[in-house]
Amino acid sequence: MKKAKLMALAVAAALSVTRPAAAQAQVQAGAAPTGANALNPGISLILNGIYGNLSQDPAGFKINGFVPTLGEVGPPNRGLSLGESELVISANIDPHFRGTAVVALTPENTAEIEEAYVQTLGLSHGLIAKAGRFFSSMGYLNEIHAHAWDFTDAPLANKVFLGGQLGDDGIQLKWVAPTPFYLDIGVEASRGLHFPSGPDGGRNKNGTGSGNFFTHVGDDLGTSTAWQAGLSYLSTSPLDRTYDDADSTGATVTNSFSGRSRLWVLSGILKWAPNRNPTYTNFKLQGEFFRRKEGGTLTFDTATTAQPGDYSSRQSGLYLQGVYQFMPQWRVGYRYDRLDAGTTAIGLVDSGALTAADFPILAAYNPTRNTLMFDWSGSEFSRIRLQLAQDKSRSDVTDKQVFLQYIMSLGAHGAHKF
Amino acid sequence: MRTTSKILAALGLMAVASPTLAVLNIFTCEPEWGALAQELAGDKASVHSATTALQDVHRVEARPSLIARVRSADLLVCTGAELEIGWLPLLLTQSGNSKIQLGSPGYFEASQYVVKIEVPRILDRSLGDVHASGNPHVHLDPRNIAKVADALAERLVQLDPANADAYKARANSFGERWRAALSRWEQQAVRLKGVPVVVYHKDMSYFINWAGMREAGSLEPKPGLPATPSHLAELVEKMKREPAKAVIYSAYNSPRAAEFLSERAKIPSLMLPYTVGGTDKAKDLFGLFDDMIGRLLAAVK
Repeated sequence: MKKAKLMALAVAAALSVTRPAAAQAQVQAGAAPTGANALNPGISLILNGIYGNLSQDPAGFKINGFVPTLGEVGPPNRGLSLGESELVISANIDPHFRGTAVVALTPENTAEIEEAYVQTLGLSHGLIAKAGRFFSSMGYLNEIHAHAWDFTDAPLANKVFLGGQLGDDGIQLKWVAPTPFYLDIGVEASRGLHFPSGPDGGRNKNGTGSGNFFTHVGDDLGTSTAWQAGLSYLSTSPLDRTYDDADSTGATVTNSFSGRSRLWVLSGILKWAPNRNPTYTNFKLQGEFFRRKEGGTLTFDTATTAQPGDYSSRQSGLYLQGVYQFMPQWRVGYRYDRLDAGTTAIGLVDSGALTAADFPILAAYNPTRNTLMFDWSGSEFSRIRLQLAQDKSRSDVTDKQVFLQYIMSLGAHGAHKF
Repeated sequence: MRTTSKILAALGLMAVASPTLAVLNIFTCEPEWGALAQELAGDKASVHSATTALQDVHRVEARPSLIARVRSADLLVCTGAELEIGWLPLLLTQSGNSKIQLGSPGYFEASQYVVKIEVPRILDRSLGDVHASGNPHVHLDPRNIAKVADALAERLVQLDPANADAYKARANSFGERWRAALSRWEQQAVRLKGVPVVVYHKDMSYFINWAGMREAGSLEPKPGLPATPSHLAELVEKMKREPAKAVIYSAYNSPRAAEFLSERAKIPSLMLPYTVGGTDKAKDLFGLFDDMIGRLLAAVK
């Protein structure tokens, strides 16, 4: 082994007579790791933990006015708890493909595949294909991992329309246009693993359970600002998508929806940093608007009476947030959340077969939330955050929340996504 | 309104059947390589630099406009050595351009053609944002520019053989002018030999190494971490024992920490262009070294 290295050095030295620059670089390249470990993929591990102080019991969390999603939408626990530890592994597979896996190790000692996908490197013409499990391109925040969010938790709109964060098994095809500014269009065809598709886990059928279309436009504005806007549309036909509610006597019932669900997301992000140098100060403005239309059959109490009736709803929601870094390492941010329960027509109630009190979670209510956060980053790899929120997701109470959180990453350098 | 017209213009552009490449589209990560590519390719290329001298290259984001530029690039010229590790991989995977992927002729890493200094013996993030393959700010040794120029000229010939003669002629002309300038700079830099300076970040190391100067301290307690009051206080004490001739910082750094030390330790603070565009005089690579040396000579007189 040592001999081979000496030989390489000798060869390099001999070459240096004619090509000094290249040969010197070769000598240095010889110092790179060799052997079986040299081609290890990039590995990083995200560690996070949280202290929560909530005026309301998180176990009773619900968002009134909206169909429950079965997703991870509740606030963090009271007291001290470990967050999800995220293991990220990625590398180029060969000149044609790149692979990425993100495994979340939950504090309950289970492992969850958040993302596991391959994507093309060599299609050219601006085409990128992706296959596997990945976060759907539905709006801006949905594609970003929770550890890179500017707030501890997801916006209310992401909770009710995407079940917190929508990841699905499928394929994505994206085309980046050859334009002087950024423009992409793309489609996804997916299994329909989670809400708003149904049943949870996907339908037992050939073909796809969910499909979406998305497009983004972005560019620079002057010497200090950059922006991006996006539009996404998701269409799915849930079959027997269930949720639990209480009937008018207070007994727990399971209801089921079958029909069509369509969701539009409009997103916008604007970043400002003097001369594009965010080191000292920078500002980020971000907002998304969601609108959903659902229509079909809602079956009440599937376990006993199983009464079917028409169902239709038009609902919307938005969040708007700003985060300002006022000096190196220190940021402050504010987020406003608002959901509009819109109109929901339940056939069983309109016909008099049941009363609105049999569908309490669907009673019209417009949840709001105000969130304030401060964070300090020791370096690019560590962050400690304090977040205060006044959460009116529940129609009867206001939850006052305080979270103190750390997020740290070790291993491979993270990506500076826009 | 402007966006609408831009979109319409773009759609019109796409409608035109396969546009033929009139010139080589060169995307560079840093302005120094943009300036070098311009010297070597002249009017045979359209050169765009992702960053300016006022940006900290470690902290750049993969902005939409950068992805759009890389999408249509024929050649990508970057430093490598992990300098762009936060954003270049994203530009590569999001651009859908096979021509500039790692290992393709359209992918050029300048740092591969020079010998890197300050290669860490211990790799651990408790030491700050260290780069495994050594200090990536290689362009501030003027001898490195000549080495990278040779390799880049070869790459241009390989990518665009039809214009090979033009590239070779320009490379020869640049090489001659650079050698002449280098011997002038070497004479001027004699007066900088052994001069101790405090730096902001480890981005001046190649220049200090070339000029035979001495680094007497750094405003950052560890690479990539901002100056702290306690670290600055230590530096003030150190300067009392063994004073440096100047506190130097780059155009993209805030002058505050340097000025703090300058006032307390009674030594001049000095902004250096660091790269092309950092000062009015650093219009090109020649101007960059003229101004770097000129400013230092004026300060240490």
